[in-house]
Amino acid sequence: MSGLLNAIFAPGLFASAPVRAAVVVGAVVAVVTGAVGVFTVIRSQAFAGHALGEVGSAGGSLAFLSGTNPLWGYMGVAVIAAGLMEVLGVHRPRARDVATGLVLGAGLGFAALFLYLDTTSTSTTGVTVTILFGSLFTISQPMLPNIVVLSAVALVLIASCYRMLLLSSLSPELAAVRGVPVRAVAIAYLVIMAVAVSLAAETIGTILATALLVGPPATALRLTKRPGGAMVLAGLVGVAAVWIGIVLAYDSFYWPPVDHGWPVSFFVVAMVVVFYLGSGAVAALGRARRSRRAGDLGALSESGCEPHVDADAA
Amino acid sequence: MFSSFMVNTWIAASMVAVIAGVVGFFVVLRGSAFAAHAIPHGSFGGAAGAVLLGVNTILGLGIFAVGGALGIGWLSRRGRHDVATALALVLMLGLGSLFLSFSVEYAGAVYSLLFGEVLGVPSYDLLPMAGLGLACILAIAILYRPLLLTSITPEVAEARGVRPGRIETGFLLVVALASTMTVPVVGVLLMFSLMIGPAATARSFTHNPLWAIALSVAIALVIVWFGIAVAYVTDYPVGFFVGTLGAVSYACARFWAGRRGSRRVATTA
Repeated sequence: MSGLLNAIFAPGLFASAPVRAAVVVGAVVAVVTGAVGVFTVIRSQAFAGHALGEVGSAGGSLAFLSGTNPLWGYMGVAVIAAGLMEVLGVHRPRARDVATGLVLGAGLGFAALFLYLDTTSTSTTGVTVTILFGSLFTISQPMLPNIVVLSAVALVLIASCYRMLLLSSLSPELAAVRGVPVRAVAIAYLVIMAVAVSLAAETIGTILATALLVGPPATALRLTKRPGGAMVLAGLVGVAAVWIGIVLAYDSFYWPPVDHGWPVSFFVVAMVVVFYLGSGAVAALGRARRSRRAGDLGALSESGCEPHVDADAA
Repeated sequence: MFSSFMVNTWIAASMVAVIAGVVGFFVVLRGSAFAAHAIPHGSFGGAAGAVLLGVNTILGLGIFAVGGALGIGWLSRRGRHDVATALALVLMLGLGSLFLSFSVEYAGAVYSLLFGEVLGVPSYDLLPMAGLGLACILAIAILYRPLLLTSITPEVAEARGVRPGRIETGFLLVVALASTMTVPVVGVLLMFSLMIGPAATARSFTHNPLWAIALSVAIALVIVWFGIAVAYVTDYPVGFFVGTLGAVSYACARFWAGRRGSRRVATTA
């Protein structure tokens, strides 16, 4: 038994400080992106969410250049980018794609410039990889309180406009009739998403930020139709993906082909995709079972036993 | 700037601009900007794999770009399109970070793959680029009518027996071909801005598709040439100029269209 445990959890896993920081921060970020991401998926704004994370990396490299805390760089630029997307018309269905694309393109241009200046001013080429790919194992301890506080702020914001957000996501017309300020809610949501994504991008890299913002919520929404339940489920799926990823990455120190670990981002992304595909299979099974039952009931109703079954509801 | 070792760069950059201008028109028309970002960006993972195995980067890029296009097409049939695109993108980049961690001497090459490199387009890259470029133009020419139909009036297209799913996958494959050939010059990230900026600008000037394509190619050419010239003189990365100029040209077009619109309103009033 202990042999099996040792094979799964390599010795020293729980004693390592970077691993402990990664376990805490990864879980916090996964919960926030899961909760925020449910609306990203419902509102079909995955592109905007991804773009905010990538544009934030321009802010991260600028902060690196000026020596300030990269978290503020990420967040400041992401919030500005969210505003620009709004100005360019991200709220209009036909223009949202182009608006997001133009902001992303310009943001990547600035990232190219700042990263170039970073590498020429410090002559460390690794900064490109660090900023763009990030790693859960390089979280600086003093940042922990900031990360936790900002995550709490994002969660409180999303909870406080939950009902307005839900109504204006599902039916903007109905929301407008009921007096919900749809446009203001859309802007508020973009800003909340910018905060959540830049938080994730700074701590765990832009790849994982996008993966956690989109993957677990999409997984959860395939399993439950209730947005509130989906937010909780998405958080759980995200935390599971991150923790399994951390354990596998720690184990991989003993794997071929190189004598250092495989990147933790790879494992987390792989878990996110596995969960998503698995949820598709589960949902398909559920649908098949329901339609079979509906078919049986339909047969019964034809024979006159059960006249009130609505087969279409399945 | 026009010395012999820069000649390849100018040729390659012009081919890139033409392809990006043509393909970009349909990207903007169809609202597939996310896929147009994800396919070149994700194909970066393939380049990392190619470097690890010691084969030509274009091969690795091509395999990942085509795989990404098919993956997005396959996943979107079973779920939301943007979710499918995002997951395909992160999976390819996750593999990229894995390959990256296996190879030792790569960090410097990452930057030029992502953001482009003005200097040093080798001659042996030009021929495959031209071939892929021709294949792109040919594919667009064949798909031209069904692409326009499914983009503008999906109902009519379906009534005429055009299958939107197949056209979408075909178009994503064209984007994949286009991204494969552009890496040496603008980099995987800035290929995207070159597809969006000029095409969006052109669309705000004219609604005629052929004129819009021609205009978008022209704008893309100007942006790339200007970007390379300035990058050569200032030594700043070409990606910066290409990325920001696309957005600037669109902003100018919108400003111009707004003024024209307000003048028209003023004359009618």
